[in-house]
Amino acid sequence: MSEMSGAIPIELTVNGRRRALEVAAHHTLLEVLRDDLDLTGTKECCLVGECGACTVRLDGRIVDSCLVLAVEADGGEVTTVEGLAPESRLSRLQGAFLDRGGVQCGFCIPGQVMAADDLLRRNPHPSVPEIQEGLAGNLCRCACYEQITEAVLAAAGEEER
Amino acid sequence: MHPFAYARPTSVAEAVALLDEHGPDARILAGGTDLVIRLRDGTVRPSLVVDVKRIPELRPRIDLVGGVLMISAGSVMTDVATDARVRRHFPALVEAAEVVGSVQIRNRATLAGNVCNASPAADTAPPLLVYGAIVVAAGPGGIRRLPLDELFVTSGQTTLARGELVTAIELPVPARRMGATHVRRTRRRGHDLASVTLCCAVDDAGVTRLAYGSVGPRPVLVIDESGVLADPAAPDEAKAAVFEQMFAAARPSPRSMRASPEYRLAMLRVLGARALRTAIARLGEGAA
Repeated sequence: MSEMSGAIPIELTVNGRRRALEVAAHHTLLEVLRDDLDLTGTKECCLVGECGACTVRLDGRIVDSCLVLAVEADGGEVTTVEGLAPESRLSRLQGAFLDRGGVQCGFCIPGQVMAADDLLRRNPHPSVPEIQEGLAGNLCRCACYEQITEAVLAAAGEEER
Repeated sequence: MHPFAYARPTSVAEAVALLDEHGPDARILAGGTDLVIRLRDGTVRPSLVVDVKRIPELRPRIDLVGGVLMISAGSVMTDVATDARVRRHFPALVEAAEVVGSVQIRNRATLAGNVCNASPAADTAPPLLVYGAIVVAAGPGGIRRLPLDELFVTSGQTTLARGELVTAIELPVPARRMGATHVRRTRRRGHDLASVTLCCAVDDAGVTRLAYGSVGPRPVLVIDESGVLADPAAPDEAKAAVFEQMFAAARPSPRSMRASPEYRLAMLRVLGARALRTAIARLGEGAA
């Protein structure tokens, strides 16, 4: 197999739907999700893998989509925040973010929700330190960290403990 | 981002041929958590990016064969930190892998990439040095194995030759009982690089192995065979004298925005003493 340039054909499964695309080698998964697939729930922010606003799940693990080239994800399965609420019904976790006031400006929330969803898949009953560690890669400029932690606890059914 | 061509070799030989042909115009892409940032900010402008993740031998895999743990070059920090054999035999490596970046970064960043970037602040470098890691490199001349200590030259520079590609990292399971720990100083967990990163291991023969990074152009490995550091009864003054010799190679950059040289040197001593106490305690508990 030789070098590829120009428009490179790739296939992705995004939120359960197969998509055939042509991408430039230097375009990131984030750019392709937002600009080519119109999935603008995933946010572009720091572009250095520090803020987590672009968090998506790729082949079962969350990643910063600003640090993944779209061609790298060829053949992969991607879940974005849009995929957490099929038929526009909020997930239990998303509802908990609203109930607990975890959302102020809202910009970081898709990434926060993706990271929290991943944490609860791996660890259905996390402790507060485990939540803080699981969401350490997601910055909230409104500093809603207390409420976000409470929301994750509530979604896990742990708020009474 | 500056446009570049992309290659996705499916064998080590193909990757080596591409890297050999293009030399410094090609960059290896593994996890991309450093490379994509540098492609975007323009500090590297390769004409070709070689994605090595589809090479079967490099796919995430950890094997324990004949007392040697082999970690393939595609294994990410999450793979390393969650592997039962790594956790049992190399707990300080687990501690280091668990503090690299965030969950998102650890799901993508490879152990081999952490080493090959040759960042002085690489958190896995100190435990890998302490545990005697061997780097397996494939190149135009075949495969060679070199101790990790012989890989690092200076910040961002390794002894890998044109066309060479790290395919795995090997860790010999310690022959003696050992207590070890990794510690670091950072401004904010989950994002920032280490201001000091350090690993200390003590074995039941009284040998203390210490490796530290982020206080000079490359990580440093030093070994105390006098038994003074490992001796729980040795006076602090005696230990401090040994530590001073061990830390003599520390040369923190005065230009770093992360911490001043004075602070780093002070913290190096604090973390060194703290890690030694933990390592001795773990050895006493019969830890791996």
